[in-house]
Amino acid sequence: MLELRGISKSYGDHKGASDVSLVAPSGSRTVIVGPSGSGKTTLLRLIAGFEAPDAGTISLDGRQLHGAGGSVPPHKRNIAYVAQEGALFPHMSVGDNVGFAMPRQAVDRARRVDELLEQVGLPAGFRARRPHQLSGGQQQRVALARALAQKPDLMLLDEPFSALDTGLREAMRTMVGDVLREAGIASVLVTHDQAEALAFADHLVVMRDGLVADAGPPQRLYERPADVETARFLGEAIVLPSAIVGGVARTALGDVPVRHEDVARADVLVRPEQVVVAAQSESSMGALGRILHRSYRGAQWRLEIDCRDGGVAEPFCVDVPAGLDLKPGDLVRLSVANEAHVFPDSPT
Amino acid sequence: MAVSVDLGATKAAKNARSLGSSGHPLILGAAALTGLLSLLPLGFVVYIAATSGWGTIADLVFRPKVGGLLVNTLMLLVLVLPLSVLLAVALAWLIERTDIPFAKFWSWMVIAPLALPAFVHSYAWNAFMPRFHGLGAAVLVSILAYLPFLYLPVAAQLRRLDPAQEETAQSMGKRPIEVFFLVVLPQLRLAILGGALLIGLHLLAEYGLFVLTRFDTFATAIVDQFQSVYSGPSANLLGGVLVLLCLGLLGLENLVRGSERYARVGAGAARRRGRVALGRWRCPALLLPLIFAALSLAVPVLTLGRWLWSGGAEIWRFDFILPALGQTAVLALAGAVLTTLAAVPMAWLAVRAPGRVQRTLEACHSYVGALPGVIIALALVTITVQVALPLYQTLATLIFAYVLMFLPRALVGLRTSIAQAPVELERAAASLGRPPVSAIWHTTIRLAAPGAMASAALVALGITTELTGTLMLAPNGTRTLAMRFWSYTSELDFASAAPYALLMIVLSIPLVIMLHMQSDRVEQA
Repeated sequence: MLELRGISKSYGDHKGASDVSLVAPSGSRTVIVGPSGSGKTTLLRLIAGFEAPDAGTISLDGRQLHGAGGSVPPHKRNIAYVAQEGALFPHMSVGDNVGFAMPRQAVDRARRVDELLEQVGLPAGFRARRPHQLSGGQQQRVALARALAQKPDLMLLDEPFSALDTGLREAMRTMVGDVLREAGIASVLVTHDQAEALAFADHLVVMRDGLVADAGPPQRLYERPADVETARFLGEAIVLPSAIVGGVARTALGDVPVRHEDVARADVLVRPEQVVVAAQSESSMGALGRILHRSYRGAQWRLEIDCRDGGVAEPFCVDVPAGLDLKPGDLVRLSVANEAHVFPDSPT
Repeated sequence: MAVSVDLGATKAAKNARSLGSSGHPLILGAAALTGLLSLLPLGFVVYIAATSGWGTIADLVFRPKVGGLLVNTLMLLVLVLPLSVLLAVALAWLIERTDIPFAKFWSWMVIAPLALPAFVHSYAWNAFMPRFHGLGAAVLVSILAYLPFLYLPVAAQLRRLDPAQEETAQSMGKRPIEVFFLVVLPQLRLAILGGALLIGLHLLAEYGLFVLTRFDTFATAIVDQFQSVYSGPSANLLGGVLVLLCLGLLGLENLVRGSERYARVGAGAARRRGRVALGRWRCPALLLPLIFAALSLAVPVLTLGRWLWSGGAEIWRFDFILPALGQTAVLALAGAVLTTLAAVPMAWLAVRAPGRVQRTLEACHSYVGALPGVIIALALVTITVQVALPLYQTLATLIFAYVLMFLPRALVGLRTSIAQAPVELERAAASLGRPPVSAIWHTTIRLAAPGAMASAALVALGITTELTGTLMLAPNGTRTLAMRFWSYTSELDFASAAPYALLMIVLSIPLVIMLHMQSDRVEQA
């Protein structure tokens, strides 16, 4: 288990991390997500030991890596690090890269290299190739094999898919997740891509301005985030001011069931997929909105709907089936399906 | 209205098409002519070797004197190159990678010796320690004068290396010293080889430095044969051996370099790295750049200052100095303009129409950079004396020699400048209705001009301190700064030589600034 307690790190006036505490359970796939400058990469570098925190303690599986007793140097932490573009050594072959952490005289070195290459989906024939002869995806696979070769206690992945094409990124994400699960290695991945974070994590940490804004299982963070900013960072969010009476929030889009005590004023989160859209001619129930734009997405239309007259502060986007014939300028009826989330820091 | 739009569009399309053929026959012809002229020195050496006959070659080459020169030259290479590599890597690592105090200041100090021509370094040491000569002096002064040629590429490569590679190696259990030898040093190999080659070629070509340290090399022997004894065949054949040594050095570098690529893998920008904390070694580490700066800068500057002080107002003979300055300026300006113009066709082809023929032509342009100035001068002396006597010791021949000597320098700068102006910009201008010449003027020439000016300035600065070729080819009555300096130094009148040394240093300072800026641009790139 990785444990960070009260970690702070400043660069002059800029705070990279400010009193950060988090726990990454053993064998988990933890993802730290946040916008640029939020401190996520700082945290990763502190865990790796490339930089030392100004305050706080870091421990891994009960072993203190940084604290009052000093700091364990990076080469003694047994924490693997996979950089953004793999950081393969360009003067070495693929085989030498993968075998870098193995003793040179190890008798089964070549066999082990081949096994690792196979594990990440590369043929053994790649052993003699040079890094510049590989595609971006292949370079990342070699970097992963090289990191696995050291049998680390923890693997750190610094935006490892960001340089890849969209399609390849998804395939690599799945492959890396599978390989780490099979090897039973805990990992911490850093990314600014919320979709990637939600897809990869079983434990998600959202960072903002050097602070942990929210942490927990990804589904909980998406559906019941701690604050409006986290909700908006993780996906499209419609925030509706409302009054809550008897487990029902009275919002501009109608009555929505919530789990919250009665309050006169609260902010309620509705995700676009909860919004039900119907042509005005087909329904008389729900709030009235007007379609501003639409864009074709194959199986769906994405509609931008203005419901400011109904009390929704900003236009929002909703996906509807492609068969629904709605055009810009049309009036539609809007309602909310399923339970909504009330922000805990809502004004009361 | 519709018709006029169509006509406009057709005209624009025609303009755009006419710019498509960047390998215009006239440009190709001009580049081919320059390439052929560049082959003259090598052709001369081959011709001499082929026509001398085995008996003459055996008599003039296989003799103890030549053996001694060979041993001297090899000793020089064997001692200077490894010591320079060690020193340059240590200095570059300290300055670029550690928290050594005043790192930026030291990066200037380490390349500042380039502002002093090698023979001025030698002059200063000769005046500072008159009994210090021979191999030891030659090795020390060579290292001090030429170390920046190694430091600059090594430091630039250290800045370019992706810090993530070193961090990854550390995370894989390698200690910092192992990371340096396993990850960093192998990736400095190309920079070290390139710098070492440059120093090696300078060692083979240098004349003034070794005359003043009283250390005989092929270059000093050739000039000696040419000037004192005027033994044409002997000088020519020694020149042949010198060319073979240059080619051997090039071949060795090529062999060791191999075809490996050490460029950073990946397309993204490398992150800036932190500096290694030296801890209690922070102050002792200062000794290395301090000692280097003391030997390479303080000794020459103090010696020069001493001679300027002791010489007083008498040594400022402006009736000599001003004409020398004027002649140097005229030669530098004319040489720079002609060299830059001569390099334009090849630079244009290299960027806009690369191909096998163009690459061959480019090799013809570039190889002369590896030939010592003494060979180029020797070739032009022999050719003009035997084939075109009216051109012997004329301004035209001297400037032509400068063009050959500095063509590669101009080509490199021009090629980079033209590459910064992609052809798409010309096409965009043409598609907006500009005729071809106007399109080129408003895009490529405007964008490439600053770089072209910079490379012309580098050529001019090179000509300002050129000595060997100028001594052998200059018309009677020519007295450049370098020639005046050399004349006084040869008579051991160090005080009278001092103003000329000072002027050459002042004129070379822009070279140092430009090289430092280029080095910084490598970091930004």
